[in-house]
Amino acid sequence: MTVEVSSLKELVEQASGTSGSPDTQEYFVNMGPQHPSTHGVLRLVLKLDGERVLRCIPVLGYIHRSIEKISEHMNYMNCVHLTDRMDYLSSIMNNWAVAKAVEEAAGIEVNDRIRYIRTIFAELERIQSHQLWWGVLGMDLGAFTPFLYGIRDREVLNDVMEETIGARLTMNYVLPGGLMADIHPNFVNRVKEFIKYFRPKLDEYDDLLTNNVIIQERLRNVGVLSAQTAVQYGATGPVLRGSGVAFDLRKDHPYGVYDQVDFEVPVGTVGDSWDRYWVRVEEMRQSLRIVEQLLDNIPPGDFLVKKLNSKIKLPEGRYYSQLETARGILGVFITSDKKDEPYRLHYRSPNFNNLWCLEPMIKGDYIASLIGAMSSLDLVIPDIDR
Amino acid sequence: MDRETLQAAVCQLDSSIRPLEENADRAAVVVEAAALPAILRRLRDEPEFSFAQLLDHVAVDWIDRGQFELVYHLYSFKHKHFLFVSVFVPREDPRVPTVCRLYPVAEWQEREVYDLFGVLYEDHPDLRRLFLEDDWIGFPLRKDYQDDFMLDRPR
Repeated sequence: MTVEVSSLKELVEQASGTSGSPDTQEYFVNMGPQHPSTHGVLRLVLKLDGERVLRCIPVLGYIHRSIEKISEHMNYMNCVHLTDRMDYLSSIMNNWAVAKAVEEAAGIEVNDRIRYIRTIFAELERIQSHQLWWGVLGMDLGAFTPFLYGIRDREVLNDVMEETIGARLTMNYVLPGGLMADIHPNFVNRVKEFIKYFRPKLDEYDDLLTNNVIIQERLRNVGVLSAQTAVQYGATGPVLRGSGVAFDLRKDHPYGVYDQVDFEVPVGTVGDSWDRYWVRVEEMRQSLRIVEQLLDNIPPGDFLVKKLNSKIKLPEGRYYSQLETARGILGVFITSDKKDEPYRLHYRSPNFNNLWCLEPMIKGDYIASLIGAMSSLDLVIPDIDR
Repeated sequence: MDRETLQAAVCQLDSSIRPLEENADRAAVVVEAAALPAILRRLRDEPEFSFAQLLDHVAVDWIDRGQFELVYHLYSFKHKHFLFVSVFVPREDPRVPTVCRLYPVAEWQEREVYDLFGVLYEDHPDLRRLFLEDDWIGFPLRKDYQDDFMLDRPR
């Protein structure tokens, strides 16, 4: 059997052409890579009939940095520091994913203090990621104020995390074997203050967007993704849960200390953009709950169980480890050949797999719906391209 | 089902399926390229396996053996179990049938592997480069890839 490899040019030329009817002409429009609502450098080639989207072809690679290739020439301690450049809104969780993979493969057990602190930071990061998403969703749909509200509250949280980590965006904190530093003495109190500050703000979010009739009209029954399609198209995280599949790694394959805390997994019913919106807003509430339960019980201990040097070698084999970031399952696949560098390191990125749900979601719908649906997917492009 | 039982049960499906010889941290089997779609269909549809999601698709370049290993990573929401399905193809003529009729997400996962490793997927509806430009020469994640812009290996 011969295999033909085509190109984007061929694809577009092949698909264009008039449809026979005298008043309809199908045409292609580029959306991005600089379009503000594509959140970075995603380019969509849209095939349109009037304002209706017939096809949506994502074109990737505008921010491809080949992290997987670079990692093949790096030891495991260095690989960690590239990961927070993938999904920059889940940077600690990305660090943790690699740390978890290396720890599981090397058989390193971390102590309770490390597990508690990692879990708290992961949840705080989930909140700040959803805060940004919430603001940007409002902005995408034409309301500028939510963006200011979201960023305002995210600043408060960023200040708290900055005190311990020293960075505000690409936060490097988790290492294989522990953490880079212990938490700041003020940390617990400041997080408590933040929870007290942010709880009422969430109700304000509800007043501003959730109960807003324009937002509801723009999101309800738009971009409907059935549970079956979501599973087949590889969706995970809030996108999958919005479609009614109650799957969350924190519950189904617990890691950290998620098995010791009480929280609920919000699940949608219809699978439209509204459900994905609601799931994320609820997740912020649940994350606050998780943090609250853990804060007062951080056990004493070292923040690093074992000072791993850069020469750490994993036994030969294939290892996979995963955790739930703000957007879905981040998987780390390591193939080791007994050297101190991975023979092959692959990241199963949540955004890469979620992106493909876009076309089944908006086929036949208007461009304006595409913007809302894309916003409800919460894509981070550097994570798609890696 | 624990790891050993699952691996044994999958091997029972067909005589061409054998367990992966190398170490893996979960159930792992090796199948022949030609039999891949049929086996994945059974793994997806038979209730005792019900691997509903293709979680990931990874290629590994075993240059010393002259082979690419293509790993299909399956997950079952129902039973909460994982499975690595590996296919070994020769580096000189890497071809494997597509599985995107079974798992639609494979269409793009396979395009990524084509883009970076040059593995050809037979019967793929839209086999194109995914990240790189259409006229890019070579496949960057192969171990013997060279181009003018590559920096020296950091050592």
